[in-house]
Amino acid sequence: MRVTFPHMGNLYISVRAMLEYLKVDVVIPPASSRHTLTLGAKYGPEFACLPLKLNLGNFIEAHGLGADTIIMAGGCGPCRFGYYAQVEHAILQDLGYNFQLLILEPPERHISELLVKIRRISGNQSWWQVGQALRFGYLKARAVDEVEAAAFKARPRETVPGSSDVARRKALNVIDRATSFRNLADAADEARTIMANVAVEEGRPVVRVGIVGEIYTLLEPFANLNLEVHLGRMGAEVDRAIYMSEWVNDHLFLGLLKGMRSRKEACAAAPPYLRHTVGGHGQETVGSAVNYARAGYDGLVQVLPFTCMPEIIAESILPVVSADFNLPVLTLVMDEHTGEAGMNTRLEAFIDLLWRRKKQRELESERVPGY
Amino acid sequence: MVMPVKVGIPRTLLYYYYYPMWRVFLSELGAAVMLTAPSTKRVLDQGLKYAIDEICLPIKLTFGHVLELSGKVDYIFLPRLVSVANREYVCPKFMGLPDMVRHRLAGLPPLIDVAVNLRRSGMDIYPAVWAVGRFFSASRIHILKAYRRSVKIWERYSRLLERGLLPEDAMAVIEDRLEKVPLFLENKVCVALIGHPYNIYDSHISMNLIQRLRQMRVTVVTAENLSEKIINRNAARLPKRMYWTLGRRMIGAAFHYLAQNSIDGMIHVAAFGCGPDSMTGELIERQARHCGVPFLNLVLDEHTGEAGVATRLEAFLDMVRWRRDKGVAEGGSQ
Repeated sequence: MRVTFPHMGNLYISVRAMLEYLKVDVVIPPASSRHTLTLGAKYGPEFACLPLKLNLGNFIEAHGLGADTIIMAGGCGPCRFGYYAQVEHAILQDLGYNFQLLILEPPERHISELLVKIRRISGNQSWWQVGQALRFGYLKARAVDEVEAAAFKARPRETVPGSSDVARRKALNVIDRATSFRNLADAADEARTIMANVAVEEGRPVVRVGIVGEIYTLLEPFANLNLEVHLGRMGAEVDRAIYMSEWVNDHLFLGLLKGMRSRKEACAAAPPYLRHTVGGHGQETVGSAVNYARAGYDGLVQVLPFTCMPEIIAESILPVVSADFNLPVLTLVMDEHTGEAGMNTRLEAFIDLLWRRKKQRELESERVPGY
Repeated sequence: MVMPVKVGIPRTLLYYYYYPMWRVFLSELGAAVMLTAPSTKRVLDQGLKYAIDEICLPIKLTFGHVLELSGKVDYIFLPRLVSVANREYVCPKFMGLPDMVRHRLAGLPPLIDVAVNLRRSGMDIYPAVWAVGRFFSASRIHILKAYRRSVKIWERYSRLLERGLLPEDAMAVIEDRLEKVPLFLENKVCVALIGHPYNIYDSHISMNLIQRLRQMRVTVVTAENLSEKIINRNAARLPKRMYWTLGRRMIGAAFHYLAQNSIDGMIHVAAFGCGPDSMTGELIERQARHCGVPFLNLVLDEHTGEAGVATRLEAFLDMVRWRRDKGVAEGGSQ
């Protein structure tokens, strides 16, 4: 059994860590690329959302590397993602790729439901081993997210353009290579040092931009055309509404670990704008937008795949949030035709607008009353 | 005399499933029900102005219908239909519809946007019934009576559909305004029309598809003509439970008609930008191909031209007829 799974940003680091800890033979598909997307768009349903097409491309490319089993997450609606695995499997079968399909449905009540399935994949290793593997993968996710957050801070302030991304790549590789818990602790320290060593100009002014939206397009740089990097280089300090470790804690551990930002806070901020969950991260998007506004951010970018149902609802409502809090929002819809240059132009205009507003605010606050 | 409270219902979305029930429930409680007129280009254009571009056609149309009611009624009945069946959802857009409408359309009358969520248990209908009833009556017994009556009517409506009537005809029978009983012609060709009820039965967005097919001497069968039992038995052939109610009905009906060999062709109608359609449509099309049944996929949006659809229909039916005649000549086994 050679196991593969779809890409979603740095997810592969955690999942590989977990599976290899359980001595499962893993095939990582090549990083998502134009070629991946072309394959997916060719064989996938025309109006399916972008992640499905990229998944499909990932699987076909992994098949070329010898994968014969797919591990995929499931879901119980109402977003389309819950039915991805079945549709993708049907397409692959008709194309003549014979994959075995292992679906990890999200636990409804207790994390044990998930553990049982992971144990089965591992060839019935001990519960202790399964639990440790899960913990190992999760700790890697934490370390990865720490690197990402450091890169968000460094990018708009770096003195040598591009240096924080070189460091980020290096730090992620260090984390990816760790094979044991002790190893990982050292690797996380090393990654921290690498990121801290990026030369930055501390006092340089930045605008603060929150990125909200659909999880796949948020986390996968190929799907969002390196949105974070572009924003960073234009002088924006970025924060995103979803980090992988938070998502894992919310959805796989069902909020077991305390002290982290959770979806509950985001959803609680959504009314009166959106009073009901709408599947996916629709309500979280609206709630995070409100939270970012309250935290004094200068602007928001929403990313979503074309035809994404929950995010379209959020997109319908965000203009009201934007008006109420006087916070500019830019919505970027991603599909196989989106071009990087076009997106860049829009981002530049948006960042210019944020700068102008920021300077104006500063001028106004400098004015002495009665002067 | 007190003027009755006027409640407006937009003629879109799940109107096609539940209107007979809603009408009886609300009028038993003393409300005057006002239904919007059938969709027109003007109504749709109005909706397009206020809905965002990316959203699906039926929601844009709903915006138009809601605007039609603005200023004419005291309340707009727009329940938040989260789930109408155990462990299923309708669609995310139904869950967010009242919020979208409220935030994008200004100056509307108050919405009756009570959440209906039967995902965990069918008994959860009662909180919704009380919440709607409270707008009109303080008496629980009164509300319960009205609800019971409305369920009776809805059951009768469902039986009429199963007997082969299409929603508009069945509603006409129930409301006693049918001038002539629909006549079932012995047509030679039978086509299954698979799509969301609010797309295939709305004569404007479907561009009169059903009438058009009937004029071409085609018998039209839809998911609504099948009992829930048949639909569920066939939908169970999927590797995983289908969690969209309308998607399950479409898949179950399509698989049934394809397995029965009683149809000569299948037309799948999807709305541009519809999420569930992109998944269920794919599964249905693959099944149709495996079964060797002619399949036409129509994607409708606000730009679809009537002439283009007519041409594709004609070509499709020519092919269906040709195949059938050829099959008959060769001994009937195709």
